[in-house]
Amino acid sequence: MSLAFDDYGRPYIILRDQGQKKRMKGLEAYKSNILAAKAIANTLQSSLGPKGMDKMLVSPDGDVSVTNDGATIVEKMEIQHPTAKLLVELSQSQDAEIGDGTTGVVVLAGKLLEQALTLLDKGIHPLKISDGFDRACDVAIKHLEQIAEEIDIQANDHEALIQAACTALGSKVVSKRKRELGKIAVTAVLDVADLTRKDVNLDLIKIQTKTGGSVEDTRLISGILIDKDMSHPQMQKEVTDAKICLLTCPFEPPKPKTKHNINISNAEDYNKLYQQEQQYFIDMVKLVKNSGANIALCQWGFDDEANHLLLQNDLPAVRWVSGTDVELIAMATGARIIPRFQEITPEKLGKAGSIKEVQFGTSNERMLVIENCQCTKAVTILIRGGSQMIVDEAKRSIHDAICVIRNLIKDNRIVYGGGSAELACALQVLQYADEVSSVEQYAVRSFADALEGIPSCLADNCGLNPITSVAQAKSRQLSEKNPRIGIDCMDLGTTDMKEQRIYETLSSKKQQIQLATQVVKMILKIDDVIAPDDY
Amino acid sequence: MDIVGNVLPQVLKDEATEDKGEMARLQSFVGAIAVADLVKTTLGPKGMDKILKPTGPGQEMTHITVTNDGATILKSMYVENPAAKILIEISKTQDEEVGDGTTTVAVLAGELLREGEKLIQKRIHPQHVIAGWRIARDVALKRLRDISSENDIESQEFHNDLVKIARTTLSSKLITQDRDYFADLCVKAVLRLKGSSNLDYIQIIKLPGGTIRDSYLDDGFILKKQITIGCKRRIENAKILVANTAMDYDKIKIYGTKVKVNSMDKVAEIEAAEKEKMKHKVDKILKYQPTVFVNRQLIYNYPEQLLADSGITVIEHADFEGMERVAAATGAEILSTFDAPERRDSVLGHCDLIEEIMIGEEKMIKFTGCKKNEACTIVLRGSSIHILDEVDRSIHDVLCVLTTTVKNRRVVWGGGNSEMQMAAACEEEAKKVQGKQALAIEAYARALRQIPTIICDNGGYDSAELIQNFNVELQKGNLTFGLNMNDGTIGDMQELGVKECMRVKEQAVMAASEAAELIMRVDDIVKCAPRKRDRA
Repeated sequence: MSLAFDDYGRPYIILRDQGQKKRMKGLEAYKSNILAAKAIANTLQSSLGPKGMDKMLVSPDGDVSVTNDGATIVEKMEIQHPTAKLLVELSQSQDAEIGDGTTGVVVLAGKLLEQALTLLDKGIHPLKISDGFDRACDVAIKHLEQIAEEIDIQANDHEALIQAACTALGSKVVSKRKRELGKIAVTAVLDVADLTRKDVNLDLIKIQTKTGGSVEDTRLISGILIDKDMSHPQMQKEVTDAKICLLTCPFEPPKPKTKHNINISNAEDYNKLYQQEQQYFIDMVKLVKNSGANIALCQWGFDDEANHLLLQNDLPAVRWVSGTDVELIAMATGARIIPRFQEITPEKLGKAGSIKEVQFGTSNERMLVIENCQCTKAVTILIRGGSQMIVDEAKRSIHDAICVIRNLIKDNRIVYGGGSAELACALQVLQYADEVSSVEQYAVRSFADALEGIPSCLADNCGLNPITSVAQAKSRQLSEKNPRIGIDCMDLGTTDMKEQRIYETLSSKKQQIQLATQVVKMILKIDDVIAPDDY
Repeated sequence: MDIVGNVLPQVLKDEATEDKGEMARLQSFVGAIAVADLVKTTLGPKGMDKILKPTGPGQEMTHITVTNDGATILKSMYVENPAAKILIEISKTQDEEVGDGTTTVAVLAGELLREGEKLIQKRIHPQHVIAGWRIARDVALKRLRDISSENDIESQEFHNDLVKIARTTLSSKLITQDRDYFADLCVKAVLRLKGSSNLDYIQIIKLPGGTIRDSYLDDGFILKKQITIGCKRRIENAKILVANTAMDYDKIKIYGTKVKVNSMDKVAEIEAAEKEKMKHKVDKILKYQPTVFVNRQLIYNYPEQLLADSGITVIEHADFEGMERVAAATGAEILSTFDAPERRDSVLGHCDLIEEIMIGEEKMIKFTGCKKNEACTIVLRGSSIHILDEVDRSIHDVLCVLTTTVKNRRVVWGGGNSEMQMAAACEEEAKKVQGKQALAIEAYARALRQIPTIICDNGGYDSAELIQNFNVELQKGNLTFGLNMNDGTIGDMQELGVKECMRVKEQAVMAASEAAELIMRVDDIVKCAPRKRDRA
């Protein structure tokens, strides 16, 4: 009730403008929330696993993108429902933290909510359900850590890393070239990885896309590729032994930030001013030249005259280099970013083996490649493909793969994929359920059922009978005491995921289960939704 | 409502739609096939053209385009279907990457999806279809590379190849009547580039009037501008200064300046100073001792007069591209400052003769005997601007194909030969593959075979019979046979001299397969609510 009466029987308003707001309470609110969240999970469900399908998304402006990446799908769906939005955030936080498994986490949350719905129908209080889920989650995580195995990432030419990358790429449109792309991703990450600190700065890997060619033409450039060309068409197209001057000030007369006026009152002033202007340009170019630089990269624009002076002084230059590129170049070449011409000194220059302009296709598009940088710790992956959609999807896929590899370098513990880890946890949780003496027992048991939902969903997507294959895998896990039995998605004839070499990182799996449980708990706590009517 | 009767809450925005499963697939198939069918009739030497008419009010909206270039047609179409958009996208990429085969790539992707739809109806999972297509694509591309041949770039054979490729490309265009003439013209232009693929050096000038036959290749460089009045119209042994500098009034670029004077005298003084500054600039230019001065920007009367008085021929307002070309062709440097006259020799461009010529009704400036001889100009004549536009597109296609060939050097036989051979390779492979994928491989072969079939159909020939006979010839081992579209028979392509660039085919097959796969994998289409536009 949003209308109450005080001691004298006068009504007073608790919720203003009642009529203009939508309100749902109690069981109705629970169910509506759960159904909305499930609708999202249902959409994503068919994208799970190596045989998962893609979604085609049309943006408000009519642009088409085709993707299989959970986080991208939910982000581009422009979801309106408040509870469903929680799932969007769930997927995005998995993306931000781990980078992979964004579909799995939403599907798991969906399965959990499905179970919660039946428990609610049984009349169990939502808080009891969430409490039970919480306990079950702890058991599952503990078990995950037990079955996790450490792998040697160095062994056999980083074979384990490549396999893990392949697992991540296996579900994408580029899966045909997963081995090649996996290798590219592994090399890229290892090139920039700091193995002693077990850390990888992903900013050092630049992913550049260019339509044309085919996905096979994707390659790794041990250097930086920037989508710019020389500022003057006649500057030399290749600089070897480059000494780079990295500027963040324009080749233009200074523009002080304070408002000012220069008043010219006679011809003498006018001439002086003119000379001053010319002097600015000459000084700027001289300062750069004198420092010994043989190429200037600038974040801002050039005046025509300055541009020509640069050419005249044999100083190739690039203008409008984006801020992120400037930073990347600075890191790779050891250059200091110089904000004022007066501060250019020889020590601040970056060094690179060569900088050259390369050309693509018939439309005369050019890019600059900076190779053999002094601190060669930046690489670029140049992605090619038949159309913009493929290139974009390939970029997302490679990003996922890179994240997986990074996670493995940080923490080399893995679990096996194909639903085997979820099954093993489910079995453990089931066992634990019997020990719980209170109402939560039902919730714990349902948690196990939800976990089983993942392998069953995988089997479904691969055209296998979900019930039979999950039952078989479960009984084999129990009888053989082998937590690596999963679903044979690729039809390779074995269900042992160790033999199939389907690796997933422990951190990703853990994160998935934890995040999904948290979101479900949050949704279960909502018993009242108030929203403006036209929302 | 779902099956149990629960009312499903609305998750997406109001006008957003979501189609799942069969509905989604149906939508993408329909869209993609519709687009492919639309451009299908333009395929091959007997393909028909389309008229594109823009909708909406306004003067420019009445300009129509007549073309049979796939990319041009698809680019100008407004479609809403997302799958159709993907096809348009690959056609555009094909245009950017190799310049030709833009229709083929859309048609091939459409045919693949048409075959794919049949397989889906037979209850084969899309992933199986994709698996089969992937095998087929590799086999097809391998065969394509195997049957291609390569000639040395300097050899006469290679030169002949180029002419043949140009002829083949042109035969599907409007100027097919004069293809020998244009093939020769294009090959000459491309060979001048000496292996570089910079098409900027080849300038195409369109002038209505005369007939297509009156088009010609000019080995000089033609600038579509006029020489300023009062200057010499013919300069031999010209020294050219190319500049990009303000010659109208030279603003001082220091920020925040303002003229504030307290008497008329001062105004006059400053005016004089401004004039002096311009004169100073002209003097500096004169120190370079050029005989011709080309500026990208406008030149006001005063400096123009000063320059003309010194006997310098002035060309103003050359657009950026034109200026870059002049600079590239004559070996000049584009100047914006003029303080180093001692570098005169290295910054001035040179050519033997500059003269004003008349083409049709228009005056133009011709640079002959340039320092760098790569540049040349193709002057296109024709009875209307629509024809010229279409010829321009055709010539552009040919030039792109030729430069691609010069880079890649591999050629295959035309007349549908490569498609048939690829299809045959897929069929052989299908016999070896176990499982449902084999059906998809066969489907891929059928889709490839559709290309020559459509070419036959467009020519009004009995495609079923021709394609069968064609296949028989290939089985017999006559691997150079192909469709003779002139008399609707099967003939030896070697005798007919029909060749195509391998790279174009390769790119078409790769892009079409990728696009078909992309569309095939979709099982859900979410359309967001269109962005509201305020009619402000």
